[in-house]
Amino acid sequence: MTADGGPELVQLLTPEGERVHHPEYDVDLSEEQLRGLYRDLVLVRRVDAEATALQRQGELGLWAPLLGQEAAQVGSGRALLPQDFAFPTYREHGVAWTRSVDPLQLLGLFRGVTNGGWDPHEHNFNLYTIVIGDQCLHAVGYAMGVQRDGGDGAVICYFGDGATSQGDVNEAFVFSAVYNAPVVFFCQNNQWAISEPLERQSRIPLYQRAQGFGFPGVRVDGNDVLAVLAVTSAALDAARDGQGPTLVEAFTYRMGAHTTSDDPTRYRVAADVEAWKLKDPIERLKVYLARSGWADSAFFAGVEAESEALAVRLREGCRAMDPPPATFIFDHVYAEPHPLVSAEREAFVAYHASFEGGH
Amino acid sequence: MSVTTMAKAINAGLRKALEDDAKVVLMGEDIGKLGGVFRVTDGLQKDFGESRVIDSPLAESGIIGTCVGMAMRGLRPVAEIQFDGFVYPAFDQIVSQVAKYHARSEGRLPMPITIRIPFGGGIGAVEHHSESPEAYFAHTAGLRVISPSNPLDAYVMVQQAIRCDDPVIFLEPKRRYWDKADVDGSIDVAAAPSPFEARVVRSGDACTVACYGPMVRTCLEAATAAAHDGTELEVIDLRSISPLDVATVAASVRRTGRLVVVHEASVFLGIGAELAARIAEECFYSLEAPVLRVGGYHAPYPPSRLEDDYLPDLDRVLDAVDRALAF
Repeated sequence: MTADGGPELVQLLTPEGERVHHPEYDVDLSEEQLRGLYRDLVLVRRVDAEATALQRQGELGLWAPLLGQEAAQVGSGRALLPQDFAFPTYREHGVAWTRSVDPLQLLGLFRGVTNGGWDPHEHNFNLYTIVIGDQCLHAVGYAMGVQRDGGDGAVICYFGDGATSQGDVNEAFVFSAVYNAPVVFFCQNNQWAISEPLERQSRIPLYQRAQGFGFPGVRVDGNDVLAVLAVTSAALDAARDGQGPTLVEAFTYRMGAHTTSDDPTRYRVAADVEAWKLKDPIERLKVYLARSGWADSAFFAGVEAESEALAVRLREGCRAMDPPPATFIFDHVYAEPHPLVSAEREAFVAYHASFEGGH
Repeated sequence: MSVTTMAKAINAGLRKALEDDAKVVLMGEDIGKLGGVFRVTDGLQKDFGESRVIDSPLAESGIIGTCVGMAMRGLRPVAEIQFDGFVYPAFDQIVSQVAKYHARSEGRLPMPITIRIPFGGGIGAVEHHSESPEAYFAHTAGLRVISPSNPLDAYVMVQQAIRCDDPVIFLEPKRRYWDKADVDGSIDVAAAPSPFEARVVRSGDACTVACYGPMVRTCLEAATAAAHDGTELEVIDLRSISPLDVATVAASVRRTGRLVVVHEASVFLGIGAELAARIAEECFYSLEAPVLRVGGYHAPYPPSRLEDDYLPDLDRVLDAVDRALAF
């Protein structure tokens, strides 16, 4: 497997910021849309940096950084139409941004004040799924539901290179293929499943797995927001058009740790990280915009100012996020009344009430 | 409907559910043209189409995982797991996803999924086809676990499970699939007693016997035998394992002073253990004897030629009753 993604890698914007063309995939974006993508990338990176800092300050118990994967997430997220539905892992902060989920709502899970945080139906963006690969079957089932109610949306499912070893992901491939479900499998191959390199997951490039399941697979430069947008849009169009699933492998790199509890210096060399820094997804778009004369220093300064304001809002908002009252434990276990939960709740309340005045 | 088997009663219940609610879909292995290995879904795909009665790839986790997604999209999926011993590949999806989505989403993503599983032994089957996994599921908050013991309950309870907004593990006692009884197809399911409540199926004063699913018939036969000897057993069909209707059992034990719990599943950490603990707590001053349990042994389900020595039968139930009465 080549470190640069090989000749099959779809690319529309080189790491140096040069716009190149591909025989099959292209995007036609206005200057304003390009500036919008740049803004997305910068703000999403800022959300990630602030959350990482908040974890270091003890405000979050954990954070799963997306550093380096901004283009894969923003490009695919911006390819979605409003009626499409996304199934994330726990790292899709950039996709959440494109689905208008307030970044503050992402923090609740990691702060320990909720196991969810937002309304999936309001944003067509499911809750984070922590068990690796489980959400791929949910995505296929959701797509089967779309087939049955005549909806016109497609479904996108996010997962990583490690997840491709999971049975549920492979079962999702099978189910989607035999039912021709309108789903796009979007694999962010960031080269590392915590400490395990891709060689521990696969002998062949991941996108080639799709062939064995009977649907197309494509490898895209995951640090190229334009290529990701083009490839994902095409795959979503095909899904909406009744052509069934596609596997998109976004070839990228996890620049940070797996989570804030991880220490990547134990298993990978700094030179690799340095090499990937040269492929930074934001820098190449900035160069392209500046060189094309579509964005000036005032624009870049404006985005920077917006980023600062967002950071302040995140810090203040995070610290203000209090846990719910303890009886929340019992609130939503079941949709319908359950006598055991009711009894335990009553006992819990009575127990705590017994301390009043006594302490 | 008149006199019918439990298998046909469940089939009729599924048919009624499909007719009543367009959101109901069935999914499982071989449930279409074949009608399921026990023919419980016989004829349903022909009448409701492949879109609503879905033959699935041979992957249990895939069945349950896609049911989760379908439920998110507003459907009311009914999954069939072909045999008890094949549910474990789906265990993660059931425990980590199906059971938790309502809580995780703070009520925004209910999981009105019914998971039908033929369970228990007594049919001379090969390995992995005779298991009783109910305790695994009952231990998991967010799931409901129920089991009918007779054709009429099966007809009603399967519809109630499908109507329930919570996920329901619906355990079908496969050795009783061919038991027959009168089933009134015109019964108003909405007005029927809750499937999550136990029922006293025989009154007596000497000892309470609590059981569910396949063991209800066994315990009723034991009660008939005991009556010949002048001992009147009160038999309770629990019907629901989660929630567990402790109140009905406790009311009985306060009168009889004795309780024997019977299930096919192994005794250790089983439903009987939970019931014993709760009855000890609630009925301490009414008990004349410790709560006794009759069930499987702490051993893998044996080769089928030995299953009669593994499964509780009339004699083992009566032996436990005798021990309870001897205190």
